[in-house]
Amino acid sequence: MTEEILKVEHLNKFYDERQVLHNINFSLKKGEVLTLLGPSGSGKSTLLRTLNGLEDYKNGSIYFHEKKIDPSPKEWQILRQKIGMVFQSYDLFPNLTVIENVLLAPVKVQKRDENEVKEEAIKLLKQVGLEQYLNAYPRELSGGQKQRVAIVRALAMKPEIMLLDEITASLDPEMVRGIEEIVELLSKRDHMTMIIVTHQMNFASRIADEVLFLEDGHILEDTPGKEFFNHPQTQRAKDFLDSMDY
Amino acid sequence: MNWSIMQQALPVFVHAFGLTIWLSLIGIIGSIIVGIIASLTQYFKVPVLSQVMTAYVELARNTPLLIQLFFLYYAFPVIGIKMSAEVCGIIGLIFLGGAYMAEGFTGGFNGISTSQINSGKALGMSRFQLARYVVFPQGFALSMPALTANIIFLIKETSIFSVIAIPELTNTALDLTGMYYRSNEYLLMLVIAYAIILIPVILLLTWLERRVRYGAFGN
Repeated sequence: MTEEILKVEHLNKFYDERQVLHNINFSLKKGEVLTLLGPSGSGKSTLLRTLNGLEDYKNGSIYFHEKKIDPSPKEWQILRQKIGMVFQSYDLFPNLTVIENVLLAPVKVQKRDENEVKEEAIKLLKQVGLEQYLNAYPRELSGGQKQRVAIVRALAMKPEIMLLDEITASLDPEMVRGIEEIVELLSKRDHMTMIIVTHQMNFASRIADEVLFLEDGHILEDTPGKEFFNHPQTQRAKDFLDSMDY
Repeated sequence: MNWSIMQQALPVFVHAFGLTIWLSLIGIIGSIIVGIIASLTQYFKVPVLSQVMTAYVELARNTPLLIQLFFLYYAFPVIGIKMSAEVCGIIGLIFLGGAYMAEGFTGGFNGISTSQINSGKALGMSRFQLARYVVFPQGFALSMPALTANIIFLIKETSIFSVIAIPELTNTALDLTGMYYRSNEYLLMLVIAYAIILIPVILLLTWLERRVRYGAFGN
């Protein structure tokens, strides 16, 4: 039986009085790719950020390897080393070069051997075609290149789960394809467990093992990937897919 | 203009020049250290300390250095704390400069986008690591214009030390003028001495400002 790596139970989140996540329940097995779909403002990114402790939650539980997470800053700080996150706006550190960006957390946070990490980092950067940009600053890179560095930076931490928050939303179509290929490779070759927020329906249909369809902070559908795209259960999901020209 | 009088006064001016540089240097380094501590405690909202630092910054920025020096030099001995004029000058300069530096650094730290902080958090950084590797280097770069202005301001503020008889440049020029009634010569020497100190400092800081801001755009 495949191990359950993440489980969310009855999660509710509020911004002041306004509830933005309503009774969220789902689980994620090792190697599985969960895609969060839904219209803008449906709570996808908020849910993703909550799973990385960047947003707090009012009640409910999150389990990592069947252990309930104590939502304290200290516990999140340790967990984030196992739950990598990549953002839409790349968020590389502008004062550091590509290689420095990638090495910073494994060396300074995880206290791993710098030479060993550097060797791995160069290998990863080679895989995404950036070996010639080791000493470049983020401002010298294109959007697609920055996003590839951001993915490598998260991977260098050797995470057990990757959270990808609309990582192609700021890119032009040509670059989108390159990033999608890297993510698909991570799933198929490395069996990386991932939760992905995306508006790219073709990509989602190719990669998703499971789809959570959200609206107004509610899960309207929790369906296996293929089934969601071929036979959505709710009219709202059908309308959504139609509106996305899928 | 009597050049020989100026030549005779040169050794005294050289000594005053050295003293001004030394006092400025200690004052600036101390101010930067105090400023960084004050602004980081305010940025991370460290309980109690951040309120203490806010009160300190307000007090220091809203009282003139002249009064602070009088207080240190004349009032402290009344309660049994007696310090040399130089020590009073340095403490006064650090007290004032630390507050200005704190404001400059706070402006820089607050200029760092939330997404950069989240990026650091997402990599598992502790508060200290965030401060060390994200907030400080980026905030420092953003603070450079304020830092430059404050350093120049503090060097010029050493001229006030003359009120507690520290023989720095201004005091020396005023003393010599009082003794020999040659204000043109001594004031010219004073202006030249400050220019010799300040122009290289300004050039160096402008270069440094450009250099550290170089990597601060586009993430």
